[in-house]
Order: sequence, then structure tokens, then C-alpha cells
Amino acid sequence: MYAQMIKSEATQDDPERLAAFQARIDAGEKIEPKDWMPEGYRKTLIRQIGQHAHSEIVGQLPEGNWITRAPTLERKAILLAKVQDEAGHGLYLYCAAETLGVTRDELTEMLLDGRMKYSSIFNYPTLTWADMGAVGWLVDGAAIMNQVPLQRTSYGPYSRSMIRICKEESFHQRQGYDIMMKMAKGTDAQKRMAQDALNRMWFPSLMMFGPSDAESVHSEQSMSWKIKMNGNDELRQKFVDQTVPQAEYLGLTVPDPDLKWNDEKGGYDFTGPNWDEFFDVLRGNGPCNKERLAARNKAWNDGAWVRDGLMAHAEKKRAARMAAE
Amino acid sequence: MKNEWPLWEVFIRGQHGMSHRHVGSLHAADEESAIKNARDVYTRRNEGVSIWVVAARHIAASSPSEKGPLYEPSESKVYRHPTFFDIPDEVGAM
Ligand SMILES: [Fe+2]
Ligand SMILES: [Fe+2]
Repeated sequence: MYAQMIKSEATQDDPERLAAFQARIDAGEKIEPKDWMPEGYRKTLIRQIGQHAHSEIVGQLPEGNWITRAPTLERKAILLAKVQDEAGHGLYLYCAAETLGVTRDELTEMLLDGRMKYSSIFNYPTLTWADMGAVGWLVDGAAIMNQVPLQRTSYGPYSRSMIRICKEESFHQRQGYDIMMKMAKGTDAQKRMAQDALNRMWFPSLMMFGPSDAESVHSEQSMSWKIKMNGNDELRQKFVDQTVPQAEYLGLTVPDPDLKWNDEKGGYDFTGPNWDEFFDVLRGNGPCNKERLAARNKAWNDGAWVRDGLMAHAEKKRAARMAAE
Repeated sequence: MKNEWPLWEVFIRGQHGMSHRHVGSLHAADEESAIKNARDVYTRRNEGVSIWVVAARHIAASSPSEKGPLYEPSESKVYRHPTFFDIPDEVGAM
């Protein structure tokens, strides 16, 4: 997902306080910034919300790539609005993470020097305009699968940002599907582009949910803390079941020869992604890892004089106001 | 050099005459840019007609440990709710 493989931090707190804390969560109470919380809860959330925020920010790059080359002025305005929303999502989430006692600059620096991760999906390139369709349809679609249940997460600020984000996401997925419909019903060349985009994005989208629960040792603690709401395999299955009929409507073929409806389980059987590739991308060896991090570092460094200049200006104004009083 | 922009809490009043409501926070160098940023971050879909920003350091908040002493006194005062009183049907709407 936008937060993949989040390692749950161990907690060494007083068992009685831990039990009382767990009872609050089980009763459906929200945990707020000033409430007592286990160290492990706090640290795991910083990592998870931080990674989610970084994904929103880095996720602007593959789509930003096509803003200047959108086929019509209307498509350009829509894509610009979509990418701007993603910037907003990053900001909501950074603020939620900051309530846990980490600063914005610390979070940014941890992204820039690679100590914190962002979703593997954004390390794949967007080669044609059809990729704007596939990203909105599949990538935002997969994100929605995971974000909708997270609206009920136990941490108040995180839950509130997820609620805001979910309100905006369905526009993202629909504008993507709308692009796909146009291309898939267009000329042969357009249809080939749409099919090619689906071929390249399908397995990376399935990777977004993270490795199989069977291999994920950390999910149990996060589940009981209501930081993680569903299993990875469960969400992946739901995504496939929802997406296959949408591909059929487009007249496109999901690039999985073994994809087959299974009446017994009431869902599709499908091929999982290549997990070696996934781990390799996480290690920094995906097609665009270097480019993405370089772009973020450049933006941060090139913007330093603006950040400092605005602070100096604000300080000067404040001093002048004080002197006038 | 650590020179992080300060944090602002953002309050928005919607179209329908409700009070300003806390919507989130953001960083900005000063109040003017905080309002401009709040416009971009929190009102992209006509969510509001008025924005307040308050430097987060100026917000005083009650602490969770005071929950009992602060709110318990009102729990026993059920007569503060209109449903406490039974008004006969013959009296009509009240
Ligand atoms: Fe988003
Ligand atoms: Fe999105």
C-alpha cells in the first residue's frame, strides 16, 4: 500500500497501562496526541503515516511528468487538480505525523536521505499518456481499498486526515478510468497504448498491498492497535475482484493467463506479483528510484532560499510592528 | 541551520452560517502566507467562505488527565436536557 512493510515497534511499557490502552482501542475510542500511548504505538505510527505522506508527495512526480503534454486543455486542468490534491494529501498526513513528536524537517530529511521509504509503485515510469489513465484507475484504486478502512483507525489525527483524503480520492480514480475509456474506445493505436499501460501497471499495482500476510510478522500488533485494518492478501483479492470486470468493460486483457473466476471462493484466482522484483525496488533498484529521490532532493535544495527568505521577511515585519507599538 | 516555518491551526467557516471549524494545520512563515496556504490546502472544493489561522503555539488545550474533574460534574445534571420533563400531550407542542 502507500505504507508497505511497516515494522511494528516493540513496546516496553507497564503491562497495566498497556492493558488500559488496549481496552480504550477495543472500545472504539480515538487516541489523541496528548493521551498516553505506548512507545511502540507512537513510533510505528510515525513510520507508517510518514511513509504514507512521502508516497503522496513522491507520487506527484510520475503524473506531474505529463501535465505539460496532456492532450487537451481540459485534461491538463484535471490532471493538475489531481496532482494538487496529492500535494494536499501529503500535507494532511505530515501534520498528523507531527502530532506524534517528529518535526516536518526531520520527516523530509529522512525521506531525502533514504531512511524512510515511499510506496514501491512510484518507482515505475509513466511512459505514455495512457499511463495517466492506468495510474488513476489502478494506483488510486488500490490506494482507496486501503484508505477507506483506515478512516476508522484508532489514532484521531490519522483518522481525520484519512477522512479528508477519501473524500477526494474517488475523483482521482474516475478521471483515470475516464482516460482509459477514451483510449480503449479510440483508434487501434490508442487501444494498444491502453493495453500496454495495463500490462505494465498491473503487477506493480498488486505489489502495493505488500507481501502475503503469511510472511508479514508485524501485522498482528498493528492490527490489534487498529493501525492496520485488513490483511494484505484480503485487500489484494478485493482489488482484483473489483478491477477485472472494469478491465473487461474496457475490452482490455489483464496480463495474467492464469486469471480465472473461482465459484467456490466467490473471487478470482490470480498470479501474484514477482516478490523478488518488489524487494529489489524497495532496496532502491527500481527503474526510477534514483530519479525520484534526486527530484525531491533538488526541489528541497533549490527551495532553501525561498524558505529562509520568507522567514527573514516575516521576522523583519514582526520587528517593525513591535517598534511601531 | 534549523529554520522551520511555524505551525498554524486552520479554521474554516462553511457556506451555511455554521461556526468556524478546525480543519487541520499547516506550516507558513507568517499569517498572510498561512491564509494563502490554507486557501490552497483546505478549500479546493468550496469548503469555506472564511478562514482563520492561529499560530499553534497560542492554542491552550485541556489535558486528557483532567477529563474526570472537568466533565463529570455535568453527567449528573440530567435536568439540563428537555426530555427530563414530561409535558402532557394535551398541552400541545413545547
Ligand atoms: Fe492521495
Ligand atoms: Fe489520489
